[in-house]
Amino acid sequence: MSDLLELLGLGQAAELLSLSPPGWGRNLLVGLSRSLQIAAGAFGLGLLIGLLGAYGKLHGGKITRDLLAIYTTVIRAVPELVLILILYYVGTDLVNKASAALGGGPVEISGIAAGIWVLGVVQGAYATEVLRGAIQAIPPGQVEAARAFGMPGWTILRRVTIPAMMAFAVPGLANLWLIATKDTALLAVVGFSELTLETRQAASSTRAYFTFFMAAGALYLMVTLLSGALFARLEKWARRGQPSLKGGAR
Amino acid sequence: MIPLKELLQPHRILLMALFAGFVLWCAVSLRWDWIPQYLPLAAHGLWTTLWILLASIALGFPLAMLLGLAQAVGPWYLAWPAKGLCTVIRGTPLLLQIWLLYYGLGSLFPQFPWIRGSELWPYLRQAWPYALTALTLSYAGYEGEVMRGAFSSVAKGQLEAARAFGMPRRTIFRRIWLPQAVRNVLPTLGGETILQLKATPLIATITVIDIYAVSSRVRSDTFIVYEPLLLLALVYIVIALVIGQGFAWLERRVPR
Repeated sequence: MSDLLELLGLGQAAELLSLSPPGWGRNLLVGLSRSLQIAAGAFGLGLLIGLLGAYGKLHGGKITRDLLAIYTTVIRAVPELVLILILYYVGTDLVNKASAALGGGPVEISGIAAGIWVLGVVQGAYATEVLRGAIQAIPPGQVEAARAFGMPGWTILRRVTIPAMMAFAVPGLANLWLIATKDTALLAVVGFSELTLETRQAASSTRAYFTFFMAAGALYLMVTLLSGALFARLEKWARRGQPSLKGGAR
Repeated sequence: MIPLKELLQPHRILLMALFAGFVLWCAVSLRWDWIPQYLPLAAHGLWTTLWILLASIALGFPLAMLLGLAQAVGPWYLAWPAKGLCTVIRGTPLLLQIWLLYYGLGSLFPQFPWIRGSELWPYLRQAWPYALTALTLSYAGYEGEVMRGAFSSVAKGQLEAARAFGMPRRTIFRRIWLPQAVRNVLPTLGGETILQLKATPLIATITVIDIYAVSSRVRSDTFIVYEPLLLLALVYIVIALVIGQGFAWLERRVPR
């Protein structure tokens, strides 16, 4: 194995990327796991905000709808990097003020929690639009039938709306998940230690920029391709029992 | 745009009054005395943001057309590399790509004497060529995927009719295929252009002084946190609105 790597001229790269201490492989994997934790948390928070936002946009009062329209428009027009900075400062300020009001001292906020909060609020705006479109795509007769049977609102959401909208929402949500994984890289700019920042630290202390950035790129690409395959299966499952889209009019 | 009558509903007037109150509060109780000092730098930064955005789109779009064509109708030895390039660009964070080009290539180039001796060397020592390359490739990658769909969505009958009239292949492409393909994806391209605008602040991480970098400079010089960030967000919202309106105007002008 190592002879083969030597033969390909990759011996040095393998040494740098090895998992045991002189190599930096373990740092990259720790960074990757942090990135995935933040992405998963932000995606979940975004889904929650998105579901509430979609319901507010569809069934809320006039003021709720206008406020939600401002939220989704502004978040989608401002660069993520700027939003991350604003939300980070606002979040830490709020937490510190709350802690001071309760008589505590300044609070150290963990990077993962802060990352989930800022990316989750951003994801929420996009998820609102995706879920609103998916809910609107449900034939209205289905919800009316559920209501006619006397189902309470919560049960309708759980047993009719969510399962029926899944098929329409999965492609958009898959896209959002990929955006979440890639947006975690932006947290490197504000100094959260995740895959991209770990990579940069490894690269600048060994001067092997190409090796490390390529390795990190391969890790990100692996996550993207794997999630793509998983979401394709999820979509197939969500569409079960529905007529196939292929073969019909394009 | 929203008609005036809809804008003048009671609850909207209330919301607008609240917003005006918020703006007034911002103007009075926040610190804006740093603006005159940083105005020239901000104008320079805004100019950098805009020209990098426009240049990356102008260079990226022809590349995207080639990538889209190769994937839609090209033989496998063109289609596969094009698809691979699009997948890699869309599957990795742009920040990583920018850093790979700037730090990776930037540390590789000086090792070759003939590059250092070449006429391009004064440019290769600056940061903006790397920023422009990364943003161009990124735009080409995302739009290549859009254009693939656009090219294959043009009705076959249109191309057959053009061929039946004896049009040469170049003319078919220029007058029938490309205009219809672009028309079909015009709304998508508008959204993607705003996404490209939102990607530009990343170049500040490799020392290009764009409008985002100016706001960071203000923050680190004066320790004023919220004011420059709010103003920066406003600048991006205005640019995004202009792009959105521009594409809406374009869509109205294009015959359906």
